[in-house]
Amino acid sequence: MNYLKKNIFKCVLTTILIFNVSLVSTANTNQKEEPAKFKPGEFIMHHIYDAHEWHICTIGETHVCIPLLIIVHSETKGWQVFCSTKFQHGEKSYKGFKLGKKGKYAGKIVEVLDDGVTINEKASLPLDFSITKDVVGVFFSLILMLWIFLSVAKGYVKNKGKSPKGIQSFAEPIILFVRDDIAKSSIGEKQYERFTPFLLTIFFFILINNLSGLIPIFPFGANITGNITITMCLALFTFVVTTINGNKHYWQDVFNSPIIPWWLKFPIPLVPVVEILGMITKPLILMIRLFANMTSGHIIALGFFSLIFVFGEMSAGIGYGVSPLAVAFSIFMTMLDLLISFIQAYVFTLLSAIYFGMATEEH
Amino acid sequence: MELVTPGLGLFFWMVVSFSIVLFLLGKFAWKPILNALKERENSIDEALQSAEKAREEMSHLKADNEQIIKEAKQQREKLIREAKEIKANIIEEATVQADKEAKKLIEKAKTTIQNEKEAAINGIKDQISIISVDIAEKIIKQELLKNKKQEELINGLLEEIKIN
Repeated sequence: MNYLKKNIFKCVLTTILIFNVSLVSTANTNQKEEPAKFKPGEFIMHHIYDAHEWHICTIGETHVCIPLLIIVHSETKGWQVFCSTKFQHGEKSYKGFKLGKKGKYAGKIVEVLDDGVTINEKASLPLDFSITKDVVGVFFSLILMLWIFLSVAKGYVKNKGKSPKGIQSFAEPIILFVRDDIAKSSIGEKQYERFTPFLLTIFFFILINNLSGLIPIFPFGANITGNITITMCLALFTFVVTTINGNKHYWQDVFNSPIIPWWLKFPIPLVPVVEILGMITKPLILMIRLFANMTSGHIIALGFFSLIFVFGEMSAGIGYGVSPLAVAFSIFMTMLDLLISFIQAYVFTLLSAIYFGMATEEH
Repeated sequence: MELVTPGLGLFFWMVVSFSIVLFLLGKFAWKPILNALKERENSIDEALQSAEKAREEMSHLKADNEQIIKEAKQQREKLIREAKEIKANIIEEATVQADKEAKKLIEKAKTTIQNEKEAAINGIKDQISIISVDIAEKIIKQELLKNKKQEELINGLLEEIKIN
């Protein structure tokens, strides 16, 4: 009876809050035969982490998931490609692989011994090239970008010399903003045109993924810009572009700056070391800032939702009582995240542009 | 720890797919978009400049027009003034001429009259002298016979007539 009541309560919440439908249903997964305790930490992390299947909701005992492709390479078994449904949501092993559940193996694909249960501790972790939830999210957002901006480009060819129409007029102010207020002002009139395409791409990639992270309905909702791999990748691109485009002056400043006294460069190359550290720190900061901002936003918004269930477990009444407050806070957080989405996309692009400006500065 | 450990697979797919999209967007989206934006900005700039130029030309034209109108007005006034002057001159000249002519005519008339008068007087004188001669003849015819006194008288009379 209590279980039913809780379910009804959650159903009501679901209908009220269409956005976060997946949160509510995941909470259900924790309830099996015994009323398992709701663990906010696990619940939140489940949404932050990458996964080998795209969990949409759970109805009763059935998990509704989008199956994804598993691609692994192990020393003993070579390349293996199969569908994630073979794991039965981590319950079963397949072809000697299994989804790790606990400890250091949590969420990772591990090799198992012949019994199909015990983890092969001796074998190194297989190389996991699976199309995970975040990979799908990345693909989806990139395809979305291609679709949007190719049609925008088509609009420019069609309405040549005329005022923008449709999606064009939506994209144009942002493109102009990136070009004029980020690229031109940070890099300078002479050089900015070379970097504008890259800056536009990272800006829109970050923006689209930040925003899609706020929409919890498939195919959105993957925590992409809150994933350190993605932000590392983006920062790496910025780093590579900066390094490739560094001019003579830039490298001279790194290795042999004329304004630094010689004894700081020889025999111990103190300043060059610091400069090289600085070169690495810049993209590192880009990576951490975006990751931390997006992840923390998600964690806080989800934390407010967890409050409902934490109190709901004490008593349904308190749960009901807390829910409006939690919803209000979540909405507030989502609004804040919306703002942060734009700000972080702007900051990442602006700092990249500033680094490019530093690398190409003429004296 | 998992939160901050980059995943190899995701990294691989991200680098590959992002590079491809970066290339595709750069070639097929950003290039035409940025070119079109630049072109449009240039054409707007040009249009604004030409509008400015046209406006300047317009104001020039207007000034020119005003100048022309002003000059035309001046010309007209000048013409009218000149015409008036000419008219006055003509009238004056005509008056002077007419005066002169009239004077001349009068003069002529006077001289003619004088001449006529003289001629008439002369004629009359001749006539008178003829008549006088006749008279005198007659008188003389009669008187000469009578006395010398009468002859003297006649001569005296004739003398008087001549003076007149």
